[in-house]
Amino acid sequence: MRSPDTPPSIDVTGITKIFGSKTVVDRISMRVLPGEIYGFLGPNGSGKTTFLRMLCGLLKPDAGSGTCLGFDILKEPREIKRRVGYMTQRFSYYEDLSIRENLDFVGRMYGIPKRRQAVDEALERLNLKDRQKQLAGQLSGGWKQRLALAACMLHDPELLLLDEPTAGVDPSARREFWEEIHQLAARGLTVLITTHYMDEAERCHRLAYIASGHLMAEGTVAEVVEGARLVTYEISGGNQPELAARLRASDAITQAVAFGSSLHVSGSNRQLMEAVLGHALDPDHRWKEIPSELEHVFIDLMRKEREENKP
Amino acid sequence: MTFFSLARFVAVASKEFLQMRRDRLTFAMVLGIPLMQLIVFGFAINSDPRHLPTALLIQDHSPFSRGLTRAMENSTYFDVTEVISTEAEAHDLIQRGSVQFVVQVPVDFARDLLRGDRPQLLVEADATDPAATSNALASVQTLLDRVLAQELRGPNEWLRSQPPAVDLVVHAAYNPERISQYNIVPGLMGVVLTMTMVIITALAITRESERGTMENLLSTPVRALEVTLGKIIPYVLMGYFQAGLILVAARFLFDVPMVGSIPLLLAVMMIFIIANLAVGITFSTIARNQLQAMQMAFFFFLPSILLSGFMFPFRGMPVWAQHIGEVLPLTHFLRITRGILLKGSDLSMIRPEIGPMALFAAVVLLIGLKRFRQTLD
Ligand SMILES: Nc1ncnc2c1ncn2[C@@H]1O[C@H](COP(=O)(O)OP(=O)(O)OP(=O)(O)O)[C@@H](O)[C@H]1O
Ligand SMILES: [Mg+2]
Repeated sequence: MRSPDTPPSIDVTGITKIFGSKTVVDRISMRVLPGEIYGFLGPNGSGKTTFLRMLCGLLKPDAGSGTCLGFDILKEPREIKRRVGYMTQRFSYYEDLSIRENLDFVGRMYGIPKRRQAVDEALERLNLKDRQKQLAGQLSGGWKQRLALAACMLHDPELLLLDEPTAGVDPSARREFWEEIHQLAARGLTVLITTHYMDEAERCHRLAYIASGHLMAEGTVAEVVEGARLVTYEISGGNQPELAARLRASDAITQAVAFGSSLHVSGSNRQLMEAVLGHALDPDHRWKEIPSELEHVFIDLMRKEREENKP
Repeated sequence: MTFFSLARFVAVASKEFLQMRRDRLTFAMVLGIPLMQLIVFGFAINSDPRHLPTALLIQDHSPFSRGLTRAMENSTYFDVTEVISTEAEAHDLIQRGSVQFVVQVPVDFARDLLRGDRPQLLVEADATDPAATSNALASVQTLLDRVLAQELRGPNEWLRSQPPAVDLVVHAAYNPERISQYNIVPGLMGVVLTMTMVIITALAITRESERGTMENLLSTPVRALEVTLGKIIPYVLMGYFQAGLILVAARFLFDVPMVGSIPLLLAVMMIFIIANLAVGITFSTIARNQLQAMQMAFFFFLPSILLSGFMFPFRGMPVWAQHIGEVLPLTHFLRITRGILLKGSDLSMIRPEIGPMALFAAVVLLIGLKRFRQTLD
């Protein structure tokens, strides 16, 4: 990683997008340093895709400003596009062109020197050399994702904006993908990646969590968990579904989720929680405090956002 | 900073070619539409237009010619727009298409009539569009009989008996046999081009937004002009392919005479094709999906076919409809095609039709380029 005083790859403040009367992205600021892998998480419809589109000039922010790779996101979208690899959430290459034709087309759009060679190498890396003549539309979902990833990296971008790149990809391919991302980041490539997988969130250097367009938390995994000040207990034994229903009714318990054979309950006030648990638990229930995990934190943040912005 | 990259333009165009080749439905449409239309419109469509512009070529001033002038002026079929005295003027008016008929009262007509020499009354008709002229021509005889009944009275009444006192000679210029196919088939070329060019381009671009590939395309450094032109070029070639198909059918299937210059026709066709592609592109920037694009294309296609003079003779339409028709590129292209193929018009004669067509193309293309979204919102 470069030294912390190198200019950030992404540096935006107050980015806002309004569709009709709905504020989809609400005054989000973000700084991502070169070589960082930055996770961008949030529930469905929270505005992640919209935010990425604004970064690479596909949508015009209604408010806010900033730079991407040192270029103004409002005034120099073309310079940004040249240097950014954007992988869309939905497969957006041509299904009626072959794998090779798709890569070749991308190569031509960016004016890549030695295009043939670059395409050959990409096919080699993807292990798709012998299927290069196959139409992209005939690939399975996971393979489409892998093709898309290869295509958006073809022009050697300095910043990758990846919108759920591993959705529908099998575990071993996912592992390979993350290995590669980490290697690229080590060489200075910056990656902003959205995901719904907790294990992937934990592989990021830093992450941000948004809900309904609001930035709810930001920092390393440890910082985000710490910042939530969440207390979590694990309860095992006894009639758990019945217990869960009872606990959820209490104000002190903000979530009660079944994890395998045990129940995880979280809340923010330790004293109140212990009082409630002491009252509600039967003798055949065993309970102990466990460290809160990212998932507990995210679900809690989602709930908080809903309460704060109730109409 | 380059404002246009040839490499990217070529890339978009060749991609479009590849997709066109693989899309069987489009391909079927490109071939099927001209063939289907040729069959459907292969027969005549009749109608009864009135107030056709007519020139009177009076070379003999007499009570008879004055009576005829009055009768023509009162007839609903003819609008006497010019009274002239030389055949050169008459020929010029017909060729330019400013009048549909020239009625000629030759020298010494009245003298010959009274002598019982059965003088000729000459009617020259621009019969490129036979539907427009047949009823009017039929009315001439009735009209003539009425004038004669009025003029031949008293001592001259004997002239009204058989055989008729005046020999009515009708000369149908450009399409002497008044065959409808001659008119329809060249017209069909314009209709088919309008239909496929507008629909297919509208679909081709909307398809990119609908399938989500536009998001990808726009995230690259490509420019609106490169995308637009790259998408147009393959379809221009396709348009020429269709035009060729129809021209061959016209020549060998329908025996349409081709007097004028085919290279001139093909050159002017370029403007017409671009005008229609521009419409397609503009629609695609408005439509959210392919269905909407299709509906808009029909919204343009219907007035084009109805008000351009293809379906109904232009002069038979109400004035407001003619005004709309004048805006549509098809109207002008029909006149150009018929002019070149059937009348042998040269560039100077079709020039008045090129201007409005080019203006239309320029305006719509500008709107399309302006509306083309470089962003997704
Ligand atoms: N072009 C648009 N016009 C109107 N509303 C839009 C548009 N694009 C997105 N939205 C709305 O904006 C909100 C945020 O959408 P966005 O796609 O950014 O969410 P997301 O966080 O990427 O969700 P997911 O995790 O499901 O991909 C949604 O409510 C969506 O309906
Ligand atoms: Mg999304």
